[in-house]
Amino acid sequence: MKASTTGKLSIYLLLAPLAVWLFTLIILPHIDMFLISLHERVAPRVYRTSLANYAEFFNEPLYWRTFARTAIMSIVATAITLVVAFPISYYIAKMLRGRLKAVLFLLCLVPFWVSELVRTFGWMILLRESGIFSAVLQWTGLASAPVEMLYNDATIMLGLVYTSMLFMVVPLVTTLDSLDDSLVEAGYDLGGNGLTVLREIIVPHAMPGIVSGCIVVFMLTLGNYLTPVLLGGKDSMWFTAQIYTQFITRFNWELGSAFGFLLLGLSSLIVWSGLKLSRQTLSGTMG
Amino acid sequence: MLNRTKMIAGLIAGVGIALSAGGAQAETLRLLTWGGYAPEKVVQMFKAETGIDVQVTNSNNEEMISKLRATGGAGFDLVQPSQDRISGAQGDFNIYKPIDLSKIDTSLFIPSLLEGTKKNTTYNGKVYGVPDVWGTSALTVNVKKAPDVKDYTDLCDPKYAGKVSYRLKRPTLIAFAFAMGMDPFAAYNDSSKYKVIMEKVEKKLISCKSNVKAYWSGGDALLNLMRSGEVVAAMAWDGSGWKLSAENPDIQTIAPKSGALGWVDTFALPRKTKNESAAYKWINFVMQPKIAAMVTAAAGNFTASKGSDAYVEASKRALYQKTFPPAAIDNIKWYPPVPSGLEDMEGKVLDHVKAAK
Repeated sequence: MKASTTGKLSIYLLLAPLAVWLFTLIILPHIDMFLISLHERVAPRVYRTSLANYAEFFNEPLYWRTFARTAIMSIVATAITLVVAFPISYYIAKMLRGRLKAVLFLLCLVPFWVSELVRTFGWMILLRESGIFSAVLQWTGLASAPVEMLYNDATIMLGLVYTSMLFMVVPLVTTLDSLDDSLVEAGYDLGGNGLTVLREIIVPHAMPGIVSGCIVVFMLTLGNYLTPVLLGGKDSMWFTAQIYTQFITRFNWELGSAFGFLLLGLSSLIVWSGLKLSRQTLSGTMG
Repeated sequence: MLNRTKMIAGLIAGVGIALSAGGAQAETLRLLTWGGYAPEKVVQMFKAETGIDVQVTNSNNEEMISKLRATGGAGFDLVQPSQDRISGAQGDFNIYKPIDLSKIDTSLFIPSLLEGTKKNTTYNGKVYGVPDVWGTSALTVNVKKAPDVKDYTDLCDPKYAGKVSYRLKRPTLIAFAFAMGMDPFAAYNDSSKYKVIMEKVEKKLISCKSNVKAYWSGGDALLNLMRSGEVVAAMAWDGSGWKLSAENPDIQTIAPKSGALGWVDTFALPRKTKNESAAYKWINFVMQPKIAAMVTAAAGNFTASKGSDAYVEASKRALYQKTFPPAAIDNIKWYPPVPSGLEDMEGKVLDHVKAAK
């Protein structure tokens, strides 16, 4: 009896720093932000409580279009990342053994040794009109004039997929590693072809990895700021950039906070529906 | 055991030394300013003379105000926002502290600039800023490749499609309004009139959009675009153009026909400044003509220090005089203080332009 109470007490004590951290750094600022989002500025230094900031979002097509655009592009970027990363992960996890496997896995990691800003600038150097790709195209005669490859949505997509690759490969390799080879062999023995084996055995087994990879990539993409701002064109808007603008260049913390909460709501909703569609649970994939 | 006691004693002694050393050189001035306004050499000279360390943080107008708003005016001892961003921000967020002019050697300043800034930064009868560096937003043009660009609206000329750049910020809105023959400053305090002007500018900027290569956001980005020849004409700070002229004489700073837009960056005290005396010492130190000339060399723009241009490199002075013959100087449109609330309206216009296809 006594032993179990001390055991419980020590667990609570061990958890206390985590709880304090969660509360002071995550929950408290969010409560404050929510309260700010309910303020409406009526005159200098005078505010009143209202839902005006949220109304502003729904009344101004620009804001909800940016919001929808960010969500759709993030979902597409997540899907592309999954399609590109799956064969790579399968190759690393199932086809390779020993040192080569470690080397290839490491190669996926190498780009992450430099900061995101440097990586994005790397793409800018390659793709700009006076950049390397443009020069190569002209030198080989495939293009007669400088080609501009920066400043469009395809470039943003490229940047987003590149930035999130690792976060898809790691969970996929981990889950695929745990797939017993004999299950795949059994699939073939029972008369399945490559496609049926993939559909009936490999994908169901890798499902937790796929879902957790997708959640992480989607969240990172939705909240990305640098890539869309630097690689995007004249008319490319990203919702996090909107939030930054409201906070920093317009001094409009009230609207910025409301936007922050709408983004939180959106990401939660999309992740929840993603889990429902794939019939997974959050604890099942993350646990 | 003995070893451990020794070790602990050593540690305590070490901490003590570190603390006392820290105490001996504790006086620092935390300065929030623009790139180039506090060159390393000037900081060292200031330290040699007064013993005060200067901790420099580089920023821009919006970030300065945001930082001060977040802390209610704490974290820095001296800040340098533009003169038009002081009284409005003070009214909204109460982040500055009035300046005690008796602690400043006013004889070091060019009188007209000092008086103008005092007037523009007055809030409730108190002065909140004195002038430091000033300059203009003008045109940076490669005169060989874009000989016909004489005013901001010429950037929309189809001849230069895909080869021009400007910022998507409030100075651009105001510049285009002037170039289109309107006077936005006269409408500053009449929001319905100002709205009409902004709507016209919005239409113009949207129709001009296909001409723009990219909206530049930092000085370096613009320098790159001009250097590589991807852009042949841009609305830019005069200093950037002079910098480029030194590398390529074809690129010049031109005062636009409708008048360059003049800005003055100030010295202002944050409301919770901790080292006010060091702030005043710094102001009086950098406004000495010889020191101010060093700031001009680093920042690329002239200062409000009287007589400092005598110490500025002759080549730089020549470029400045070429851009601004006396008539062009008289035509400079100085930014009046921004009334609060105006920036929300402009922000919407900028968003609409950015989102337009």
